[in-house]
Amino acid sequence: MKVLVPVKRVIDYNVKARVKADGSGVDLANVKMSMNPFDEIAMEEAVRLKERGKADEVVAVSIGVKQAQETLRTALAMGADRAILVEAADDVHQDIEPLAVAKILARVAQEERPGLIIAGKQAIDNDMNATGQMLSALLGWSQATFAGELDVDGDSATVTREVDGGLQTIRVKMPAVVTADLRLNEPRYASLPNIMKAKKKPLDEKTAADYGVDVSPRLTVVKATEPPVRQAGEMVPDVDALVAKLKEKGVV
Amino acid sequence: MAVLLLAELNDDVLALDVTAKAVTAAKQLGDVTVLAAGAKAAEAAEAAAGIEGVAKVLVAENAIYAHRLAEPVAALVASLAGSYSHIVAPATADAKNILPRVAALLDVMILSDVTAVVDADTFERPVYAGNVIQTVKSSDATKVITFRASTFDAAAHGGSGPVETISAAEDPDLSEWIEDKVAVSDRPELTSAGIVVSGGRGIGSKEDFSLIGALADKLGAAVGASRAAVDSGFAPNDWQVGQTGKVVAPDLYIAVGISGAIQHLAGMKDSKIIVAINKDAEAPIFQVSDYGLVADLFEAVPKLTEKL
Ligand SMILES: Cc1cc2nc3c(=O)[nH]c(=O)nc-3n(C[C@H](O)[C@H](O)[C@H](O)COP(=O)(O)OP(=O)(O)OC[C@H]3O[C@@H](n4cnc5c(N)ncnc54)[C@H](O)[C@@H]3O)c2cc1C
Ligand SMILES: Nc1ncnc2c1ncn2[C@@H]1O[C@H](COP(=O)(O)O)[C@@H](O)[C@H]1O
Repeated sequence: MKVLVPVKRVIDYNVKARVKADGSGVDLANVKMSMNPFDEIAMEEAVRLKERGKADEVVAVSIGVKQAQETLRTALAMGADRAILVEAADDVHQDIEPLAVAKILARVAQEERPGLIIAGKQAIDNDMNATGQMLSALLGWSQATFAGELDVDGDSATVTREVDGGLQTIRVKMPAVVTADLRLNEPRYASLPNIMKAKKKPLDEKTAADYGVDVSPRLTVVKATEPPVRQAGEMVPDVDALVAKLKEKGVV
Repeated sequence: MAVLLLAELNDDVLALDVTAKAVTAAKQLGDVTVLAAGAKAAEAAEAAAGIEGVAKVLVAENAIYAHRLAEPVAALVASLAGSYSHIVAPATADAKNILPRVAALLDVMILSDVTAVVDADTFERPVYAGNVIQTVKSSDATKVITFRASTFDAAAHGGSGPVETISAAEDPDLSEWIEDKVAVSDRPELTSAGIVVSGGRGIGSKEDFSLIGALADKLGAAVGASRAAVDSGFAPNDWQVGQTGKVVAPDLYIAVGISGAIQHLAGMKDSKIIVAINKDAEAPIFQVSDYGLVADLFEAVPKLTEKL
C-alpha cells in the first residue's frame, strides 16, 4: 500500500505572527518557516506504517511556493520515499485555500492511487481544519478526522478519534483519508545522515496548471488586524490576598 | 435569506448551549431552520424548536445518523443545501468533522471558527492561534460556516417553531461506528462553565491532578488542561484548552502550573478574569492574567480550596 502525506509549509509554531503595516495580512518575509506540526505527526505515522510492513511507499506532497521544497526535504529526511511539489503561488504571502489544495490533492491521488492519505488535522497558520475532510468528499472516500490511534488491517482501518466528549472509535473502508491529532505519535527528529540521504531522494515539480485546478481564492481577505492585547493585571502576595480580590470582584 | 443550522446531537440528545449560541450568530443572517439528525431525534428537535429565533426544525431520523459519522450526515446536509444561502453550525468537533465535507460537496469554501458576522458575505475569524483577526469576504453562492460558540451568547428559551420530518439521504456506507469512550462527570461542561480551573505540566502526575479537581468542585467549575498535561497522561484529551483544543471564555479562568504558550492562550484569553498560579515569576501566563500568584502550586492550591 502507498501512503500519501500532504505537508504544508507554515510559520514556525514558536514565532508570533505580526500583521503587516498595511493590514493586508501577516508578515512572512524573513520569518522562520517549518513543516506544519500536525503534518510531522502525519508523516511519522506513515513512516511507522512502512516500518511495520503495512505500507510499501510513502509520498509527501506540498502545495504552495517553491520554498516548500525545504518542507518536502524534511519529509524525505523523516522517511518519505519521494516527494511532489505543486507550485501554485509565487508570493510567500499567498495562501492556497483548503478547497483548492483538496482539488489538487484529489488529482494527485487519482494518479498515485494511494490506499491511505494521512493529512494533519489543522494548519496552524489559517487554522481551517478542513482540507482532509474536503479531500475525502471530493474523492468519495471514507474519512476519519482527529486521529489519536490508527490501525490498518487489510481493506479497512480502525481509528480512535479525539472528539469533544472524549474518544470515538470508528472503522473506515480503504482507501481513506485520515487526519492526525496531537496524540497520534511523537514525531522523530531527522538524523544528520538521513538529512543527507534526503537530498538524493526524488522530488517531482509540478504546477497547479498541470492538474488543471483553478486556485483563485473564494475568500478575499478584506483586512487583518491584531486583537486588543490583554493587559497584565497585578501580582498578589499570597492566597489570602487572592481570595480577597476574587471576592471583591464577586466571581467566587 | 435562509439559514440551515446543523444542530449538535450527542447520542440523540441536543447540545443545547452550543446550538443556542450558534442560533444567536445565525439569526443575523436570516430565518433559521435547524436540522436535527439522529437515530431518534424527535426529542432533540422539540428542544431545538424551543430556542428563540428558530423559525423551523427539520428532523431526520435514521440509524445511519446515530453516531454522527461524517459521510452520511454531510450527504444529508448537502442534499438540503439548495434552499439556503448559509449552512452553519457551532464550531465543535462534530461540525468541524462534517461541514468542510459539506462545503466540498457543494464546491464552496468553508469559513471555520467565525467570531463575528459583518454582513451576509463578510465575516471575522481568528487565524495564527488568535494572534490575528481576519475579515474575509466570500464570493461563494452558499456560505458554509462554523461559529465559535464562546463568542456568542446563547439564544433564550421561548421559541415554538414547527417541526417537520424529512427523509434520510442515501447512506454512502463508507464507515461504521465501533465505540465511544465518553467520560461521565458531574462537573459543568468545559465550554459552557462560568468558571474553569485548568492544570498544566506543573501538576506533575495524574494523581496530583485531583488538586485541580478539588478546587474546581469547590467552585462548581469545569476542569481544563494544557496540551502538555494531556500529552503526559495527567488529563483526558477532551480537557485540552487551546488553539487546537477547546476555546473557553468563562467569567473566571484559573491556570495552575501552565506557562502560557500562545497555543494555550488562544483557547482562554477571552476569559473575563484570569488568575495564574505559577512558581516561575517570568512565566508568560502572568502577562495576560488579572491576578498572578507566584507560588508552589502544591501549597497554594490546597490552601485556596480551603479558603474559598
Ligand atoms: C501544533 C501545536 C498545537 C498546540 N495546541 C495546544 C493547545 O491546544 N493547548 C495547549 O495548552 N497547548 C498547545 N500546544 C502546546 C504549547 O505550545 C505548550 O507546549 C503547552 O501549552 C505547554 O503546556 P504547559 O504550560 O502545561 O507546560 P510548560 O510550558 O512546561 O509549563 C509548565 C509550567 O508549570 C510551572 N510549574 C512547574 N512546577 C510548578 C509548581 N510546583 N508550582 C507552580 N508552578 C509550577 C512551570 O513554572 C511552568 O511555567 C500546541 C503546540 C503545537 C506545536
Ligand atoms: N498547501 C498545502 N500543501 C500540502 N498540504 C496541505 C496544504 N494545506 C493544507 N494541507 C494539509 O491539510 C491539513 C489541514 O490544513 P487546513 O485545512 O488548512 O487546516 C494540513 O495539516 C496538511 O496536511
